[in-house]
Amino acid sequence: MSALHIKKGSTRHSAYNLRPTFSDVQERHTIAVLVENEPGVLARVIGLFAGRGYNIESLTVAEVDHTGHLSRITVVTTGTPQVIEQIKAQLGRIVPVHAVHDLTVEGAAVERELALFKVAGTGDKRVEALRLADIFRANAVDSTLESFVFELTGTPGKIDAFADLMRPLGLVEVARTGVAALSRGSE
Amino acid sequence: MTREMTGARMVIQALKDQGVDTVFGYPGGAVLPIYDEIFQQNDIQHILVRHEQGAVHAAEGYARSTGKPGVALVTSGPGATNAVTGLTDALLDSIPIIVLTGQVPSFMIGSDAFQEADTVGITRPCTKHNWLVKDTDNLAGVMHEAFHVATSGRPGPVLVDIPKDVQFATGTYSAPKPSASHYQPPVKGDLESITELVAALEKAERPVFYTGGGVINSGPAAGQLLRELVEGTGFPITSTLMGLGAYPASGKHWLGMLGMHGLYEANMAMHGCDLMINIGARFDDRITGVLNSFSPGSTKAHIDIDPSSINKVVRVDIPIVGDVGHVLEDILKIWKSRGRKTNTEAVVSWNRQIDEWRKVDCLKFDQGKKIIKPQYALQRLEALTKKYDRYITTEVGQHQMWAAQFLGFEDPNRWMTSGGLGTMGYGFPASIGVQMAHPDSLVINVAGEASWLMNMQEMGTATQYKLPVKQFILNNERLGMVRQWQELLHGSRYSQSWSESLPDFVKLAEAFGAKGILCSDPADLDDAIMEMIQHDGPVIFDCLVEKHENCFPMIPSGKAHNEMLLGEADTAGAIQAGGAVLV
Repeated sequence: MSALHIKKGSTRHSAYNLRPTFSDVQERHTIAVLVENEPGVLARVIGLFAGRGYNIESLTVAEVDHTGHLSRITVVTTGTPQVIEQIKAQLGRIVPVHAVHDLTVEGAAVERELALFKVAGTGDKRVEALRLADIFRANAVDSTLESFVFELTGTPGKIDAFADLMRPLGLVEVARTGVAALSRGSE
Repeated sequence: MTREMTGARMVIQALKDQGVDTVFGYPGGAVLPIYDEIFQQNDIQHILVRHEQGAVHAAEGYARSTGKPGVALVTSGPGATNAVTGLTDALLDSIPIIVLTGQVPSFMIGSDAFQEADTVGITRPCTKHNWLVKDTDNLAGVMHEAFHVATSGRPGPVLVDIPKDVQFATGTYSAPKPSASHYQPPVKGDLESITELVAALEKAERPVFYTGGGVINSGPAAGQLLRELVEGTGFPITSTLMGLGAYPASGKHWLGMLGMHGLYEANMAMHGCDLMINIGARFDDRITGVLNSFSPGSTKAHIDIDPSSINKVVRVDIPIVGDVGHVLEDILKIWKSRGRKTNTEAVVSWNRQIDEWRKVDCLKFDQGKKIIKPQYALQRLEALTKKYDRYITTEVGQHQMWAAQFLGFEDPNRWMTSGGLGTMGYGFPASIGVQMAHPDSLVINVAGEASWLMNMQEMGTATQYKLPVKQFILNNERLGMVRQWQELLHGSRYSQSWSESLPDFVKLAEAFGAKGILCSDPADLDDAIMEMIQHDGPVIFDCLVEKHENCFPMIPSGKAHNEMLLGEADTAGAIQAGGAVLV
């Protein structure tokens, strides 16, 4: 074991060093990237993933600091520990990237995703859909006599579960935002 | 200090304020305002190349030989796309260059206008960073930031795309400000890791330094510190293609280059070492051979300014992120403060083992009476030019590997070659860039005839500016390295790997107003080389060499460092199916 100490949020040193050997295990990580809000910056991040053959499971991006010109890109990705370390190091060397945080390894984090579900049906199915929506604390944001649009916020797993339940009840279409995530605690 | 001026004038002012004296370029519609400004000043010399690729390679040659960033200026559309190969070359070899491209007026972007290309889109993956400037008020800031990004941290190419209306419009110019940028890569290494490395160094029985282009990029001080560390410890040192010259080839501890066509003693030392100290190299596949047999028993330390280089292909035990010069300084400081210890007895016997490997004499070749062997041509070139203030560039292929094996470099920045990308056509324009930076030095491009033809139009540039670049062409009428691989891997079926219809190089030189020399007899070689050196002007030296000479030693694809081929006798069935798919 080397004397490598990884500070919270540090992207300078490789956390891979703490692992005993190269592993083949696929891990899922949520990575938050704070970037200068300038034209083409999203293309740089996506181009890096495409060019080096990394996976993107979900991606969200929006400006988070208007005066500081900063946007936050949240990427959910999968790969072996070595690939995840490479992804973080490669993100870190993009010039307009200010910080890279691996929320999966830097302690507990909150992950939320928003989704809209269009469910069409009448009779018992319609009643059941509304009942399940209530259990999941989904809001009906649009309704006609034959359909609802539900809005649901939660972890990706909760959204997946709700989609599975709605499918036999007449699920027509789903729109998901992708994951937004923050570390827990005061820092 | 701020001033009002046009965008075009800002470009020139920013170049002056950044200390630029030479720009390599080619005009066109979208950069005419900048060329108009170039016409009206005398501080910056513009070198008119004959193709934009040549401009970028010339800027690379200028940068590599001076340690200062190189600058190229090209027009929109085809000008920019022709620059792509040079940008990619500079990215892979970490060469700081600034490429300025013209763009169609901002109000026409996206309309498929004449000579419009999505330059920032095309060059995003082949630059360290790039900018499209849409407002003249931002131009000065972007220009200064471009120089900062190109030269900070791991150096690399940047591109600034400037629409024509932005060049014409008036805006506010501001002079460069230090540390205006958020981009400030750390240069100091982690002291705990450095101490760990020093402890490993004190105990090591079979250590080896494995150095790369990072030592040269870090600057002359890094080279001096490296020499001090090598002399102090007495450890053997090898280097990648990109790092030649950081430690002198005449040095006592020098093993020669390592890797696919590296020296036997260097590769055996890498394979058998118990401590590998990688300084500014990146475990490239040309270096490591097959990864699961790469230096199996060693503790590996890796010093690199780029965190993404660490653990990318080879897992290391002691990673140190930082600038080579700063880290070497700390290593020396800590090592000295702990009493300059090494495991002397073990290192002496390790060096004795290495001397045994040296006796294999892996570069030996048999120079007969009739035909010049390429190795012999380079041996004589080395002997006859060594005493000169000499810079060498190369093209890509067998001649490049032989040059790395047979020419010795005593100082950094004397050797310019396309390592990562392997760009045929690099060497000639690079030699022009080097000669511009060092007008009184002897600049030689060691070339193969096939590579050289790829950018031969630059003969016009060489003669126009009276640049006495020597084009030393080892002419085997073959794409030698391709031919060698076809012999070893594809049953000697030489598909498209010969040079048919070659020009008469002597007449070609004369057609451009330069001097041509033809040499085919080993007995004439020395006189011919001296004639080349003594001619005050560009020379094409057509050296007819053995056509089927293979480059050895060679680690075949899919093999390890200790499985080198030393000559023709070893080659039968040397590469198996698994290795054949590798490049």
